[in-house]
Amino acid sequence: MLELNNIDVHYGVIHALKNISLKVEKGEIVTLIGANGAGKTTTLRTISGLIKPSKGTITFKGQRIDGASAPEIVKAGISHVPEGRRIFPDMTVRENLELGAFLRKDKDEIQKDMELVFARFPILKNRSKQNAGTLSGGEQQMLAIGRALMARPELLLMDEPSMGLAPLLVNEIFSIIKEINEQGTTILLVEQNANIALSIADRAYVIETGSIVLEGSGKELANSEQIKKAYLGG
Amino acid sequence: MAEFIQQLINGLSLGSIYALIALGYTMVYGIIKLINFAHGDIYMIGAYVGYICIKYLNLGFFPALIISMITCSLLGIIIEKIAYKPLRNATRIAALITAIAVSLFLEYTTMFIAGATVRTYPQILGNITFKPMEGVIVNIQQIFIFAVTIVLMTVLQFIVHKTKVGKAMRAVSSDKDAAQLMGINTDKVISYTFAIGSALAGAAGILVGIYYNTINPLMGMLPGLKAFVAAVFGGIGIIPGALIGGITIGVIETMVSGYGSSLYKDAVAFAILILVLLIKPSGLLGKNTREKV
Ligand SMILES: Nc1ncnc2c1ncn2[C@@H]1O[C@H](COP(=O)(O)OP(=O)(O)OP(=O)(O)O)[C@@H](O)[C@H]1O
Ligand SMILES: [Mg+2]
Repeated sequence: MLELNNIDVHYGVIHALKNISLKVEKGEIVTLIGANGAGKTTTLRTISGLIKPSKGTITFKGQRIDGASAPEIVKAGISHVPEGRRIFPDMTVRENLELGAFLRKDKDEIQKDMELVFARFPILKNRSKQNAGTLSGGEQQMLAIGRALMARPELLLMDEPSMGLAPLLVNEIFSIIKEINEQGTTILLVEQNANIALSIADRAYVIETGSIVLEGSGKELANSEQIKKAYLGG
Repeated sequence: MAEFIQQLINGLSLGSIYALIALGYTMVYGIIKLINFAHGDIYMIGAYVGYICIKYLNLGFFPALIISMITCSLLGIIIEKIAYKPLRNATRIAALITAIAVSLFLEYTTMFIAGATVRTYPQILGNITFKPMEGVIVNIQQIFIFAVTIVLMTVLQFIVHKTKVGKAMRAVSSDKDAAQLMGINTDKVISYTFAIGSALAGAAGILVGIYYNTINPLMGMLPGLKAFVAAVFGGIGIIPGALIGGITIGVIETMVSGYGSSLYKDAVAFAILILVLLIKPSGLLGKNTREKV
């Protein structure tokens, strides 16, 4: 469904991604794990069209999307839950969700999807008229996920959804991610929390200083000595 | 008391005009963090377009107002596309210098075409006055200023809060990348912002023409500066702030010239600005914590 081929990204003189190739098949959960500054966020931002690669190609459902603008990529069916949630704090919860459906014109269906998001995250329904900035960290993460779902994506990019959340909440968010996947959305998940990411992933890639150094099924990597040492705390 | 009410009415008239100009400053700043120093000159162009409509095309006030607003919004869009868009990723100082260049360009182009002379605005609304109470006079021009300002503010409020474009504008000004991830075309939203802000300035231009009777190619400089001050005073980037800032500066200016000396009116307005910024650096309605890196 999604394929990155030999992608290079530069920030000025900084060579942030080096010859990255990865694949996500329809229906999968694929995770990209790595330490701080490895290039995980850069990879997702490149897929989303916020950064242009200096080399390589990206295809989505057989179409080239490198070089497309961010709105075009949303339109093609890719939504991105960014690192740090990036909700609109001075707008209400409902307005945030409406913005998620910005490119859609099917009013009735949008309303239905909003109800689905509220059913999935009941707390958002109670807070729908409240400014999003007043939500707790966990609630903001739910809003960011709900907002991305409002675009009815085929592929959902998620950047460290566990960041800054208590362990119990992390489990909740991850079971929701699994549920979203089971209902038909393909997921590319970036995490530092390798443990939990590998537990739900079909396949995984490990990125170190801008290069993919390892790939395999979620199970394989969870049992790999190299991964245990570097990312799973022994 | 009557004297005070009279000054207040005069102050509100002037303040409404500052507020209309200040809104354009604040909306543009909110969305691309640029202080558009050419904004005062768009207001001047609005006054000239109104002048042409009334004097040479024999149009009434409202058609002239609409044409002037449309012309200014097109001008705003063109200026953004030609002068500012190429500098989107340049340093702020480069963009600021460009804005000053655009300002000078508009002033001297107008001077070249229309001449440097002060022109007398046609008195299209006539010379009607009202006496709501003993010693207080409200003229028809002031009533039009209030009415037009209130209608435009209501429309603006509606656009910003209820329409898709307005929501996109708020999203872009809050977080440009996140807005793009929603599928919002930021270039389009920036164009809309320039269009709306410039249309408001155009309206202010024609209102000033009928209120003060005269226009000239440099008339945008000082009111532009004061409207900028008003926007900063209210909290730059915040729409209600521009409204409050504009009205406040207009009222202070009028009161100082009414009760003190008109020599000090600008000095007092700026002194109050400095005071507000010392106490609250982000302006009256600004949030101190929101400054992002
Ligand atoms: N806007 C930028 N300008 C310059 N360098 C950048 C920029 N953004 C990221 N980098 C650099 O690119 C590299 C990869 O950063 P990236 O944010 O993709 O890492 P990450 O894997 O997401 O890290 P984290 O786990 O901390 O979020 C880092 O060395 C970072 O310093
Ligand atoms: Mg990151």
